[in-house]
Amino acid sequence: MTMVEEASRQIRVLHEPQGYAPSLTSISLAGPDPAAGDPDAGENGWPPRPVVSPHPWATERAARLAAEGKGRRRRDTLLYLDGVTKSFDGFKAINNLSLVVERGEMRAIIGPNGAGKTTMMDIITGKTRPDKGEVFFGGDVDLTQHDEAEIAGMGIGRKFQKPTVFESHTVEDNLRLALSGSRSILRALFHRKDAPERQRIEEILALTRLEAKRKMLAADLSHGQKQWLEIGMLLAQDPELLLVDEPVAGMTDAETEETARLLRDISQKHSVVVVEHDMHFVRALGVKVTCLHEGSVLAEGPLDQVSADPRVVEVYLGR
Amino acid sequence: MIFARHLGARVWILVAVLVAAAILVPAANLWLPASHPLHVPNYLVPLLGKYVCYALLALALDLVWGYVGILSLGHGAFFALGGYAMGMYLMRQIGGRGVYGNPLLPDFMVFLNWKELPWYWYGFDHFAFAALMVLLVPGLLAFVFGYFAFRSRVTGVYLSIITQAMTYALLLAFFRNDMGFGGNNGLTDFKDILGFPIAARSTRAALFAASCAALVAGVLVVGAVTRSKLGKLMIAVRDAESRTRFLGWRAEHVKLFAFTLSAVMAGVAGALYVPQVGIINPGEFAPVNSIEVVIWAAVGGRGTLLGPVIGALLVNWGKSYFTAAWPEGWLFMLGGLFVVVTLLLPRGIVGTFDHGWDALRLRRRARLAERGGSSGATDAVPNPAE
Ligand SMILES: Nc1ncnc2c1ncn2[C@@H]1O[C@H](COP(=O)(O)OP(=O)(O)OP(=O)(O)O)[C@@H](O)[C@H]1O
Ligand SMILES: [Mg+2]
Repeated sequence: MTMVEEASRQIRVLHEPQGYAPSLTSISLAGPDPAAGDPDAGENGWPPRPVVSPHPWATERAARLAAEGKGRRRRDTLLYLDGVTKSFDGFKAINNLSLVVERGEMRAIIGPNGAGKTTMMDIITGKTRPDKGEVFFGGDVDLTQHDEAEIAGMGIGRKFQKPTVFESHTVEDNLRLALSGSRSILRALFHRKDAPERQRIEEILALTRLEAKRKMLAADLSHGQKQWLEIGMLLAQDPELLLVDEPVAGMTDAETEETARLLRDISQKHSVVVVEHDMHFVRALGVKVTCLHEGSVLAEGPLDQVSADPRVVEVYLGR
Repeated sequence: MIFARHLGARVWILVAVLVAAAILVPAANLWLPASHPLHVPNYLVPLLGKYVCYALLALALDLVWGYVGILSLGHGAFFALGGYAMGMYLMRQIGGRGVYGNPLLPDFMVFLNWKELPWYWYGFDHFAFAALMVLLVPGLLAFVFGYFAFRSRVTGVYLSIITQAMTYALLLAFFRNDMGFGGNNGLTDFKDILGFPIAARSTRAALFAASCAALVAGVLVVGAVTRSKLGKLMIAVRDAESRTRFLGWRAEHVKLFAFTLSAVMAGVAGALYVPQVGIINPGEFAPVNSIEVVIWAAVGGRGTLLGPVIGALLVNWGKSYFTAAWPEGWLFMLGGLFVVVTLLLPRGIVGTFDHGWDALRLRRRARLAERGGSSGATDAVPNPAE
């Protein structure tokens, strides 16, 4: 090796971030992009951003590792929203929202009217495309690249704020259309009812206490029963993650309690995100709570901690 | 696909009536003497055949409008395309018997001084090829049109408007002489079909029977499709499209399937219509024709199998009667009919009848329950969409 070659090798080693092995992770997490912010940097800029050499090799590599590091943190989550923003005619319904739901977790979301709770679900389920930000499912599926049917197929089920069932079908047929399985049009044309299918429907009818109403048209159900039917349809779909928007609106106290019990049962096997205004219900769920306000997270933690937060009291509970 | 017993007694009655008509009308025309009170006069056979074709067209529209909620105002175009495909076959059958005696070229091409047959007329001298085109051309147009429209989620009134635009564009195109479809005059002066003289009484009787058979097939196909799980999905898309999407169904595929199948049925109706009326011209693409089809289905009752058939027969019978009795008045009557049906009978004749029937049954059941009979408080209310 000539002297020149040897020297240039050394220079390269010096510039490559591996050279600074101990601070590798902090470099990679910091990233050179100031807009992305530094999630690990404390309030007063502490720990300080590691200095990245301005050499192109170093900056490029640092950027790549930053992305990879983020990916690594993302990988273990079920639902990962970061810096999501969506505006409607200049009004920011979702504003730099970041939220993480772990696998197997049940999360309650509260927040005043117009806080962006439903819009957040629209974004997760592919109904609305965010203007910017990342939305990942299962750690590595970018949900902004898929449409509603694909996202449903991946295992995200959704209950609407306004109960939405197929009114001119019977309760049973509603469940049958929701049942997991092939979504091919031709298969549906030649589909025959079979024993496992019947059994699944039986189970869900029992779970949602709709056995006696199975042959009734969904249109003739009470408001609360429609909510339950829709939850039943969600279960029939057997998704990994359930997004449940205001499940107890319009329910009696007894029904509300039943619903809390049902959701706790469901959360044994599924991850659940539930939006609700009813604080008794949220308390009955007994899970981590996120309070949204003006499109971003205002507070997050156990219900007692969140409801004691003066900002939460001011914008939401105190009204 | 589920069949037979699921279709319901009423549909089987309709099928039986159509089969009986397919046999009895030709018989009463051909074999009863003209003096016999049950003799069916010659003029009536193709007229009834025309109504049956309209009924098939209305049924086709009902498949997309009544069951999937797509208000197509362009179904006349699929009907006309099927008609043109049949017309091209009939033109080629004329051969050297045209006014100009050209064995290869239809008269209008000779008149336009064309020297050879355009490529897209090739093959139409074979009945099988023409029959295939009757299915393929409307089906393909519907598929391509539907693919783009449903993929971009054009719905409601916007979709209705572009279907009108589609049929209007075809109207303008077929008016042009250089399109090679006879321009303004269309295709006419047919001589025979499958070797039988087209104006003969027996041929007309056979065409009537064939139209009835096609309608029976249409009723059975639509019945089987709408009764299947896919049919349930169609109604679900009609009532809550986004719900079906969030359940993982591709609503656009459901629509595309129904729209294409419906267009093929409309094409068959048009193909049977043309030999019975003896002409096909661009007027069949007129937007108002497509709107009339909507009125037939609305009057009879959309979302039912029986409704569009009854609606088409009734309204067209009324049209024949009133255009003879009071020619200027018919369009006003048709408009008035639509307003009356929309305001007073939004479910149409069949739908209103069903609804009243269900209400009656519910009341009777409630009375029974009061008397202590626990029968069926939880029983199903029959689906009004049947
Ligand atoms: N498609 C849309 N077009 C315009 N504005 C919208 C749209 N969707 C939501 N918004 C607005 O975004 C804001 C957030 O709405 P969102 O429905 O997400 O609130 P929410 O938290 O679910 O409220 P609520 O508790 O009342 O259900 C509201 O001000 C709403 O008007
Ligand atoms: Mg909401």
